Amino acid sequence: MLGWSAIRFKVEGNPLAEKIDAILPQTQCGQCGFPGCRPYAEAIAKGEAEINQCPPGGEEGVKKLAELLGVEPKPLDEAHGAPKPKSVAFIDENTCIGCTLCIQACPVDAISGAAKQMHTILAAECTGCELCLPPCPVDCITMVPIPEDLPHWKWKHPVVMLKQLDREEAAT
Amino acid sequence: MSRELFKFRGGVHPPEHKAESNGRPVHPAPLPKTLVIPLRQHIGTPAKPVVEVGERVLKGQLIGAADGYISCAVHASSSGIVTAIGPAAVPHVSGLPDDCITIETDGRDEWIAHAPLDWRAMEPADLRMRLRDMGIAGLGGAVFPSAVKLDPGAARHCPTLIVNGGECEPWITCDDLLMRTRADEILAGVAIMRHLLGSTEVLVGIEDNKPEAIAAMRDAAAGLDFPVEVVPVPAVYPGGGAKQMIETLTGRQVPSGKLSTDIGIQVFNVGTAHALARAVHHGEPLIARLVTVTGHVLRPQNFEVLIGTPMHALITLAGDREGATGVLMGGPMMGVPMPSLDVPVVKATNCILVKSAELFPPLPKALPCIRCTRCADACPAELQPQELFRFAKAGDFGRAQEYHLFDCIECGCCSYVCPSHIPLVDFYRYAKSEIWAREREKRAADLARERHEFRQFRLEREKKEKAEKLAAKAQAKRAEIAADATASGAPDAEAKKALIAAALARAQAKKAEAAPKNTDNLSPETQHEIEEIETRRAKIRELAHQPLEPEEKP
Repeated sequence: MLGWSAIRFKVEGNPLAEKIDAILPQTQCGQCGFPGCRPYAEAIAKGEAEINQCPPGGEEGVKKLAELLGVEPKPLDEAHGAPKPKSVAFIDENTCIGCTLCIQACPVDAISGAAKQMHTILAAECTGCELCLPPCPVDCITMVPIPEDLPHWKWKHPVVMLKQLDREEAAT
Repeated sequence: MSRELFKFRGGVHPPEHKAESNGRPVHPAPLPKTLVIPLRQHIGTPAKPVVEVGERVLKGQLIGAADGYISCAVHASSSGIVTAIGPAAVPHVSGLPDDCITIETDGRDEWIAHAPLDWRAMEPADLRMRLRDMGIAGLGGAVFPSAVKLDPGAARHCPTLIVNGGECEPWITCDDLLMRTRADEILAGVAIMRHLLGSTEVLVGIEDNKPEAIAAMRDAAAGLDFPVEVVPVPAVYPGGGAKQMIETLTGRQVPSGKLSTDIGIQVFNVGTAHALARAVHHGEPLIARLVTVTGHVLRPQNFEVLIGTPMHALITLAGDREGATGVLMGGPMMGVPMPSLDVPVVKATNCILVKSAELFPPLPKALPCIRCTRCADACPAELQPQELFRFAKAGDFGRAQEYHLFDCIECGCCSYVCPSHIPLVDFYRYAKSEIWAREREKRAADLARERHEFRQFRLEREKKEKAEKLAAKAQAKRAEIAADATASGAPDAEAKKALIAAALARAQAKKAEAAPKNTDNLSPETQHEIEEIETRRAKIRELAHQPLEPEEKP
């Protein structure tokens, strides 16, 4: 019976790692110390990594991972970097010499170009991982924060904070 | 015989405040010096500009073309020169700018050539595309492109067409005045809608606090060649909501997550029907609409306003007063505060409501929710607002969605009845936009994961292909040598030796190839120079090989 179940209900890969991978932001920046989100997810699943090593995921991500794994959330580990506003890379096309080093560094193939041809970023595909910054020999890549525009505008949490009012009431 | 009406659950009775503005006739607002026409006035993809800065445009000329199926065109509301295309202030609660086309009017108000459409002879799909290109969008508030709503689909047809003259929101009277003064044109538009949707039943729902509008619409309906039933419905807020109007008139509910067309009903606002008639019978695109200017002004009334007219011009026209505390676009229940008065009137602007401290006293401080469930009693969507509030406040958006947050129509009944004065709707709007933002992020993450995985796969494949190519090459060479060896009848060791010899020969050949390449075709002088240098080199080499002088020996 056990043997039959082992075959019948065989699971490909580690289902926990899948679930963790689904929470991770897929920036593929490697700030966690692993070469991508998937290896980090596998390391967490095996208990080899902490859940607070992902700055792009932020506190929110840590909270979600803690909920999934049934552990206490921890503050983000500063050693792996601080969360930054979402940005995309931008290549100054006047300075670019077409060395293709950034193309080789990009984890999501979001840079188009060829040897001795100007390179450019596919902004919609860029995850803002900053991995293209160090290899550039002429420092022509900068990170540009994504500005808030109408289609991406969000309603803010209403300012009437009940707790604040409670405190005011208590003070008067 | 009067029709049996049904009652939807919940609803409230806020003071109507309709009499302030519905007593005065509709006045056309004067032509402003500058028109600012946003490219995003409808739900869907923004229009694409088709004019350039400096170009002269005529009244009714297409300046922004529809981009895709769910989109809508925009037109110049008057003749003049295009002075700017780019971000400008728009009537949005965020105060963020959006792409607009600015036109400096020339005062001539010169129309572009336009002609009525032969709508009965046209293919329905062509007619719908013409309507999209004439900028027709729902004028009830949602501004959804009408061409999409007029498509009943291949298999479906829409037996019931409801024309919504509810106008349940307090203070607003533009639909009331439109029905009183232009009932014939509204019904002419309804005839075209009925033609496109294949409807057999046409109902016009009007709240019973508008007897003049009901009478005018009944008079106009009597002269039509198809039956139109004008039904007075009880004035309960939000009885003019599409889903509420459907339930009142037919007793049927639109299931959660479905469209009204799924139960064979389509709903249009009276203003949309009027705009449709102007487009089809006169060839005029949607460039003007009725706007109620009311609240804290000297002469609250309705104006016929060109799209793009700045709001402050209308408030001045209605007589601005001291003590205004803000301006809402829309009514007091669902309206949104305007960041500035320079923003233009758009297709969605049904009302400009000037607030004052007497008319809209500031709300008392919000207190904690005591779970009295008065909001649940008032909710016309039959939700549990107190639970939605709890989840939205705590950021538990998953639970909020389980409690059907997206069925909330943001009518504001819950906030209106809340004894703790909690701005409940603001919390739902916040939760909805957070959920949308997360869905966007999730899609971006999925894309990044897919691209990263494909890159890994590509690198792996390239590595494998390279290794295979090298292996195949080595294999071929070995086979060649082995063939040579067997041909000459040499044993294995000999074959190996031959292999080494071949490799040596290859290396030597390469070395020879690497010899200087610029030594051909030299002039005799240069050749001589080179030879001299070579002899000097040989001498030095010789010297270096000679044993050192004996005196250096110890």
